[in-house]
Amino acid sequence: MKKSTHTIKMGSKSDKIFKMGAAIAGTFVLAIIALMVFQLVFESYPVWEEHGLGFITGTDWNAVEGRESFGALPYVLGTLVTAGLAMLIGVPLSIGIAMFVSDAPAKIGGPLGFLVELLAAVPSVIYGLWGLYIFKEYFRDFVEKPLHAAFGDTIFLFSGTPFGLDIFTASVILAIMIIPTVSAVAREIMRAVPQQQKEAAYMLGATRWEMFRLAVFPYAKTGLIGASILGLGRAVGETMAVTMLIGNATGASAIPSSLFKPSQTMSSIIANEFVEASPVGLHLPALIGVALILLGIAICINIVAHILVTRMLKVKEGAINN
Amino acid sequence: MKMIPWLILIAVLVTSIPLYAHAVSVPEIPDPSMEFSITGAGASFPYPLIDLWRVEYNKEFSNVYLNYQSIGSGGGVKQHIEKTVNFAASDAPLKQSEKELAQGTLHIPEAIGGVVITYNIPQIPEKGLKLTGEIIADIYLGKITRWNDSQIAQYNPELSLPDEEIIVAKRSDGSGTTFVFTDYLSTQSSEFEQKIGKAKAVPWPLGVGAAGNEGVAGIVRNTPHSIGYVELAYAFQTGMSFAFVENGDKTGFIEPTLETISAASKGASANLPAAEGDWSKVSIVNAPGEKSYPIASFTYLLLYDELSNSTNSIKEAKTIIHMMHWMITDGQNHSESLLYVPLSDEVIEIGKQGLARVTYEGEILFDYDGPVENQNDNNADSLDIPSWIKDNARWWADGLISDEEYIAALQYLIEQGILKV
Repeated sequence: MKKSTHTIKMGSKSDKIFKMGAAIAGTFVLAIIALMVFQLVFESYPVWEEHGLGFITGTDWNAVEGRESFGALPYVLGTLVTAGLAMLIGVPLSIGIAMFVSDAPAKIGGPLGFLVELLAAVPSVIYGLWGLYIFKEYFRDFVEKPLHAAFGDTIFLFSGTPFGLDIFTASVILAIMIIPTVSAVAREIMRAVPQQQKEAAYMLGATRWEMFRLAVFPYAKTGLIGASILGLGRAVGETMAVTMLIGNATGASAIPSSLFKPSQTMSSIIANEFVEASPVGLHLPALIGVALILLGIAICINIVAHILVTRMLKVKEGAINN
Repeated sequence: MKMIPWLILIAVLVTSIPLYAHAVSVPEIPDPSMEFSITGAGASFPYPLIDLWRVEYNKEFSNVYLNYQSIGSGGGVKQHIEKTVNFAASDAPLKQSEKELAQGTLHIPEAIGGVVITYNIPQIPEKGLKLTGEIIADIYLGKITRWNDSQIAQYNPELSLPDEEIIVAKRSDGSGTTFVFTDYLSTQSSEFEQKIGKAKAVPWPLGVGAAGNEGVAGIVRNTPHSIGYVELAYAFQTGMSFAFVENGDKTGFIEPTLETISAASKGASANLPAAEGDWSKVSIVNAPGEKSYPIASFTYLLLYDELSNSTNSIKEAKTIIHMMHWMITDGQNHSESLLYVPLSDEVIEIGKQGLARVTYEGEILFDYDGPVENQNDNNADSLDIPSWIKDNARWWADGLISDEEYIAALQYLIEQGILKV
């Protein structure tokens, strides 16, 4: 801060340019979002006109001429279920990785952290193809079939014939895809925990786990939630890999009722059907309507994340700054 | 050394004579003094063929460049309606509602596709499982769920069908292949027609979906006891097992080949409308004929009958017509190498009649009075060189006539205006 007041005095002209540039950049983001919402509302208007809010709760998906009827519920559920499962699997793993990397000796931690970050650089289509041609086969034979044999008749989650292209496979691949994002952010947050705080815990005789529990987690909680939300954002919007693995059911049959059933997410139905959708009729507006709902959910996730993080910050402020 | 001018002359002969011999039945060639860039957009199914046409046509007319965007039939139709491309390509004919937005659209069939039922039954590695349309419809409705179902066994007594669940694979993306397949099944089962219907994306009650022919083929190849439907070329290239399907006449089970699908287009061509007519109901599934494979369809080029809608120069309009004409005539010679079924003469004739209707600001671009009957040439559509010219050239090549005599003969032809150089 001290330095910046110095530069401002140096030249108020450059300061004006900076101010304008920043304002333009800031408005640009807002304008893009506003335009996006406008375009989505405008182009999906016919389907809202036809179905009203029933479009969100409907389960039909019929693009046959003369029988057109669309409902987005199965895909909303499919998105939430796959993203939720991916979080359930991916977040604990990511935090484990972050704990190890942040506390391991630099010789191991450095390369390992680098490798995990490398996972983020793999394009999603590669994950999809790997999942489709290799992972799916093993996952079906060594995970899904035994689970189905053991619990198929008693627990509804494991009913249905497992053939590898289903909610479970898609969620596991999604979990792998969010690991680098979540663990990289979580690692940085854990590294930011003051060393004295950790050492203080050790001095009180804490084991490594107790040190994390007492010294790191309380300090890093908000950051970890933020990291998870980043992962959720990726899981909700992921398209390519999910489309290849989720089995792409449509309509009522896409409602997730078992881990071993094909389903569909909002982004995958758009990826699947947008290209060939007839420009006349409700099919195209329905797909754009799904995109609008997806945007709405993404915004909601971000707002919730924001509220969570700020509230947590307020509650813990005293503790953190001590 | 003396040969080189001769070769040039021969080359001139070969290219100019056919153009002259059918001057009335071939559109004007693109103005060689200008460069043309023709844009098209639409279906991905004919894309490999259109791309080959682009290259081959450019070899003959190096001043014409075709830019075809394979963005899907839906996108092609959209751009056609918005008049942002010179022509579009679609696997399905325009729906009535689409046609109202694109008044004056001509449908020019460009190639024929077939849909093949592939399966992966470890106990039956070879092709040739016999299926009727009704059985296929019941499988996709979820009414037949096991391979050893008595209905399947009834037609395949010689095969040992396993007692296994049928895993159904389908296209997840909107596609012309699904359109043809559901069009066929809707004719076979009234229940299928009512519950599912025909469209590029339909409400399947069950099955695993994958994008693209390669996606469905991938599921079928990797999943034992599965069944799926893919484009003919794709099944052939990947060497998958495929079913023989009962023909429309219900007299036998037909193996899908280029010949049986071509037979289907012949069988159906009697009932086709003119290019400017209503194609929305056209379907060549269940084509009559003992050797007609029942699951086939046309893929179409779409253009306006008044080209000032989509271009702003008459020369470009003439180029478009010449290129389309080339596609449905000379271009058909390239179809089989890419496993597309070439059009029959009857269908080509519909296309030519359609192109002859096209105008630019009211002016006819292609003066066509129907097929020219040439006594020396049984096939009126081909561009054969008349035999007497071949004879002359042969005599010259064999040394029976001298160079001077041959030149004199050629000069005579040129002077008389028979040969255009």
